[in-house]
Parts: sequence; structure tokens; C-alpha cells
Amino acid sequence: MSAGDILAPPPSAQGPASRFAGSLRTFVVKLADEPLGMFGFAVLLFLVIVAILAPWIAPYSATSQNLAQALQPPSAAHWAGTDEFGRDILSRLIYGTRITIQTVLAVSLIIGPIGLLIGIVAGFVGGRTDAILMRATDVVLSFPSLILALAFAAALGAGLNTAIIAISLTGWPPIARLARAETLIVRNTDYVAAARLYGASRTRLLLLYIAPMCIPSVVVRLTLSMAGIILTAAALGFLGLGAQPPAPEWGAMISNGRKFMLDNWWVAVMPGLAILITSLAFNLVGDTLRDILDPRHAR
Amino acid sequence: MKEFTLIELGKRLGQLLLSLFVLLVVTFVIGRILPTDPVGAIVGELADPAAYQAMRARLGLDLPVYHQFWLYLTSLLHGDLGTAILTGNPVLQDLAQAFPATLELATLAVILSTLVGVPLGMTAAFFRDTWIDKFTRVISLVGHSIPVFWFGIVGLVIFYAGLQWVGSPGRVDVYLEGLVEPRTGLLLVDSLLAGDTEVFWNAVHHIILPACILAYSAMAYITRMTRSFTLEQLNQDYVIAARAKGASSMRIVTGHLLPNIAVQLITVLAISYGGLLEGAVVTEIVFSWPGIGQYMTNALMTGDMNAILAGTLIIGLIFMLLNFLSDLAYLVFDPRTREVTA
Repeated sequence: MSAGDILAPPPSAQGPASRFAGSLRTFVVKLADEPLGMFGFAVLLFLVIVAILAPWIAPYSATSQNLAQALQPPSAAHWAGTDEFGRDILSRLIYGTRITIQTVLAVSLIIGPIGLLIGIVAGFVGGRTDAILMRATDVVLSFPSLILALAFAAALGAGLNTAIIAISLTGWPPIARLARAETLIVRNTDYVAAARLYGASRTRLLLLYIAPMCIPSVVVRLTLSMAGIILTAAALGFLGLGAQPPAPEWGAMISNGRKFMLDNWWVAVMPGLAILITSLAFNLVGDTLRDILDPRHAR
Repeated sequence: MKEFTLIELGKRLGQLLLSLFVLLVVTFVIGRILPTDPVGAIVGELADPAAYQAMRARLGLDLPVYHQFWLYLTSLLHGDLGTAILTGNPVLQDLAQAFPATLELATLAVILSTLVGVPLGMTAAFFRDTWIDKFTRVISLVGHSIPVFWFGIVGLVIFYAGLQWVGSPGRVDVYLEGLVEPRTGLLLVDSLLAGDTEVFWNAVHHIILPACILAYSAMAYITRMTRSFTLEQLNQDYVIAARAKGASSMRIVTGHLLPNIAVQLITVLAISYGGLLEGAVVTEIVFSWPGIGQYMTNALMTGDMNAILAGTLIIGLIFMLLNFLSDLAYLVFDPRTREVTA
């Protein structure tokens, strides 16, 4: 996507580190003009800190029960109220951040490299390989991802790991398409031709000369995908196919709160707010990143 | 030129068939190969070995894998999707009964989201970078980020429990259930056909909240895409020419812009429709809506793989058909793609 980014400075003239620092600087400057994007970044940073510091900042335990305090509405002692076992919902949400971030990271670490590899191989090798790989990508793209993840998780048994694999199965095609498009631009550049003349092997060309050029836009695409990943993970959790109780998974917490929704609204509403805010932050960041890095999407 | 379109049509058809085949392979793998003990899942852990072997033979698990797949394919072609554990009926029959409810909900949602989303996206494009545009952007980003099943719960808490503006979960009030003869399975249509306005308004009362909530998540996408399509067109010479000629804004929109973005919009609407079917799966349970989603969720509770896989197949099939049809719309309606292929 960031064609200008790739073609403008001859990569051989500058080290990758200084080039990265340069684009980072322009990036931060541009980001300052985007209040919504800044807000998204701030929220994500906050969530990561919350996830890391969860045991220290959570006012109560996420799992230990206190039946005397069951179903308390939000108050000074329990900012988000308590659930039917008297567990503090805010503390559960704080610990739940860990599960969400873990899911998002795991899925990204699976679909990022897989999509990248499929994309650059298709773009670089071309011909029949390209046709087959892209056909496969199109096929997977036409699948209903949530439903397939649901069936997959149902067959393998519920659990966080199954959910992660299930989401990853249908998550890679957009990345692959993007990486292929980038590769088609990069593969004809002079520095790749130079490396080829030096006698670099195809694998070396792919991994050291082409893949690094695709990584920035792949990261942007991943950020945009993350909001969707969170929603799918929450939906699987809601259906009982994600992390199992008593783990404080946000989707499962909503499903649990559904039983009391009419009398004790906070049990279901609070976790949903957490999902909404997190997913919105990822969308804001992804949207802003795309606007900044891709001149064609300039608003 | 016609031959080229035919070749293109054949290609798309091939793609559709390939996707379908892969979908079948995937459901086969999910149903037969992934579960560590599909026989035990059916007969239970304490079944005696004879019953276990009998079931194993009945499922054809002693046969080679390709043979099993062939059996799976042929039984599917005969419309045999297996029997549902929960109801004891053939899954196909259950699905046929549940499908109209989902269809009614998703269709109403796609209509609502189009009626709001397209004008909103166009307005945002016309007033680009003003507060209207920014407001629209936030609305659509929130729609993109909201867990739709949760939004349903919030809607019920506010509009049903709080304000009592809408009906309870379910398609109609209990005392009106089964009064109308199901001709199409779409309750709104059936009640009108029967001339029963009481049931009709009651059904409207029940469907409006889930439909609006599903529509909101779809609207986010439709608005965004309409905005970017419109922006693309606004910079084109023909719009400037129309303006210079003195055409009113309304005339530019209806006479020039809409026809030019219509084909792209059809694709977006098709994708949204597919997305709505998926969204319905997690939303129906919140609204006790007796459609495919609730059927599949109930099947999840009982671990009924036949029902889950059949639901997956049906929704996957509709997804692919929608993709295919929107591709066709491109070929048929958009002169630009015709030129490219020719």
C-alpha cells in the first residue's frame, strides 16, 4: 500500500534502521493531526499497561467468590458492580484484558507470517503458483469466517487455543492479497535485480529483500484486522467456545450476564463496553495508520 | 464481446463450484476427522463395544477416507444432512423451518441499513471534512466495533425493560403464536396475506429492535463504502460538467452519481447481507429468535455436530451465492468491466 514509502528513498543508500526512524518521525508528526487516532493509540497503550499490571491494579481477585456481595450494582466499592458469585466485575475486566490481548497477539502472529509468506511467494514466483495460491485465497475469503470458526471450535472442543486457531484459519487471506500486491511492485526494483545478479538465491531474495518491504503495510492491515478478531473472539466466547469459566473472558461474561440482563443490567453491559472500547481503539488506530501511510486513501 | 462475457461467466462459475467443493471438504474434515472419537460422541462413553462397532460401521468409519468423503457427498446430494439429536428430525427439515425467520430478520436489516447508510455516506462525501463527515465517521467506526449480540442486550434493557417501546424476545407475543397459517414462513408477509393486522403489528413490534440492531452494524460498512465511492465520483469530469450545466444537487445525485456507483453498491450490499446472516447467528439467541442462529447455538449446547455442520454448509452456500451474484452484477451492469474483458 505504501508505494511511495518503498520507492522514494533508494533502500541501498540508507540503512533500514535510519529509514525506519525517518518514517517514524514523519509518522508521529502526521499522527498529531489526527485526534481520533491519537485517542485510539492512548487507549491501546492504556490497555497494554492494564494487562501487564493486572495483579497490582485489580482491586479484587478475578475468580474468588463472595456470595454475600452477589449482584451488587455499581458503587464506590465495586465500580462496575458484582456478578452472581459476588466477583468484582471491574477486576474481572482487568484480568480479561490479558486474555483479549493474548488472543489478538496470537492470531496476529499466526496470520501475519502465513499471509505474508503466501502473498510474497505468489507475487514473486508468479505463473501457476500464483494462480493456485490466489485461487485458494479467494476461496477462503468467500467463507463465512465466524460460522466456520464456530464449527471448528465445536469439533475440537471449546478453549482459548482452539478459538485462536479457529479465528486464524480464515484470517490470513487479506494479508496474503496485500503482500502479493506489494511484492509485485518490489520485485522489479533495481536493488532486487542487483541482488539477483550477485547470485542471491530465490529464498534469500524472498526473505531478505522482499519480505521486509511488505512488513509495514502488513502491520497496518493486521491492526485493522484486530478489531474484527476481537469481535469474533468475543462472539466465540459468548457462545461458550472461548476461554472456559472461571476465566474472565469478556464474551463469556456477557453470555453469563444475559441471564440477569433485565434486573441486573451491569453484569452483561460492562464487559460489552470493554469489548467496544478495545475494538474501537484498534479501528481508530488502523484507520489512522492507513490514512497516513497510504496517500491513495488520503481524506 | 458476448463470448468474452460468457468465458468470464464460466470462470466465476468455476470459482463458485471450487469454493463449494472446498467448503464440503472443510465440513467433512471438521465433522469426521477432527473429533478424536466421533463414534463415542454419538453413542456415549459407556456404550458397550458391540454398539460402538455397529455405529462405527454405520458411520462408515472403517472405510478409507476418500470413500467416506464420497459417501458424505452422495448423501448430501440426496438432501441428507443427518438427523438432529435435539429434535430427532432430519436436519434439513429443521433448517427449512428455521430459515425463514433468519431470512426475514436479515432482509429487514439490510433494507433498513441501505435506506439509512447510502444517503448518510453520500451526505458525508458531499460535506467532506465538515462536522457531518466527522460525525458519520465516528458513527460508522462505532458500528464496526460494537459486538452485535451485546448491543442486542443493551437494546433490550433500554427499549424493552426500561421504556417498554418494543416487544419481548421472540417473533410474536405467546398468545398470538401459530394463529397465522405459515405460507411463506415470513411472519410479516404471512400475517398480511391472512389479513390479520393484529399479528402483523405485534410482529413488527418484535422484529423492529433486532432488525435495527443488526442494521446498525451493517450500516457502518455501507456508509463507509458509499462515502468513498461517492468521493471517487465527485472528482470526475462528468460531475463537474453536470454542475457547470446547472444541474441541481438532487439531479446530480439521482441522475449521475447513483447510476455510476450502483454496481459497486450492489457488491457492498451483497457482502453486508452475508455479514448479517452471520450476525444473526449470535444475535438470535439474545432475542429468542427461532432462526438458524438459535438452532445452531442450541446444537452447540448439545454438541450436535450434524446440526452445526449443516448450518455451516447452508450459510456458507448463501455466502458464496451472494458473492457470485454480485460478481455477476458487475459483469452484467457495469459497462466498464465489459470493456476491460473485451
